[in-house]
Amino acid sequence: MNTAKDFRHPLKRARGLGSAQSGVSHWWTQRVTAAALVFLSLWFVVTVLSVLHADYATARAIVAKPWNALLLVAFVLTVCWHAVLGLQIVIEDYVHTRWKEVSLLVLVKFIAVLGTLATLMAVLRVALGA
Amino acid sequence: MADTQRPLSPHMGIYKWQVQMVTSILHRGTGIALAVGTLLVLWGVFSLAQGEDSYNQFKICIGSPIGLVLMFGWTLALFYHLCNGIRHLVQDGGAGYAIPQFVRSSWLSIIVSILLTVIVWAYVLTAGGAA
Repeated sequence: MNTAKDFRHPLKRARGLGSAQSGVSHWWTQRVTAAALVFLSLWFVVTVLSVLHADYATARAIVAKPWNALLLVAFVLTVCWHAVLGLQIVIEDYVHTRWKEVSLLVLVKFIAVLGTLATLMAVLRVALGA
Repeated sequence: MADTQRPLSPHMGIYKWQVQMVTSILHRGTGIALAVGTLLVLWGVFSLAQGEDSYNQFKICIGSPIGLVLMFGWTLALFYHLCNGIRHLVQDGGAGYAIPQFVRSSWLSIIVSILLTVIVWAYVLTAGGAA
């Protein structure tokens, strides 16, 4: 941080109203996950279409293929990451009561982490045949 | 709703509807819908791990009229968010900001996402009935 060019009063930063210096990272991560999802979501649609009319054993075998299991885990991880970043912006834009805003932000993160872990465990159970 | 007294930006109601506005609003809307729809992916994979009975139950649910409407909506939302997302990535690179290009790419996002949805559902319905 270049303090020589910072014209804000130190009190402004101390009160937590200054920049948190993490906005670029949020923006960039949103774009990188988006770029990954261009490919992953197309793979996902094709895979869902191939499972659609299959019976249980065939569907399980398709998901259990190493490449499919890997890409499914990558897809769910990236989707949840991208969704958390996106929903954060939406909540910050429209929810103006501080306690509701923070509660929603934390709730979204809890659901995303639980959902990701649950999907991960389910894919592993299918892929490893447990 | 707000607990601070700050000036408000002009309400959306005063603007004439334009396609660039629609694509921007739809991008947020479909983003939220897709976040909720991701729970369906979790349910599907979970039922697959759980066993044949719960997987068949899952297929019956998404094959029901309400399930099919939701699946169709999510297909459209996914393709729209994908197409418009690519448009945004191009714009983030600094291209396509002239007003005619901006309007044209807005329509392109909408039309291509509808086309992709129609192709996918044509396949779903012709390859042996829904779900």
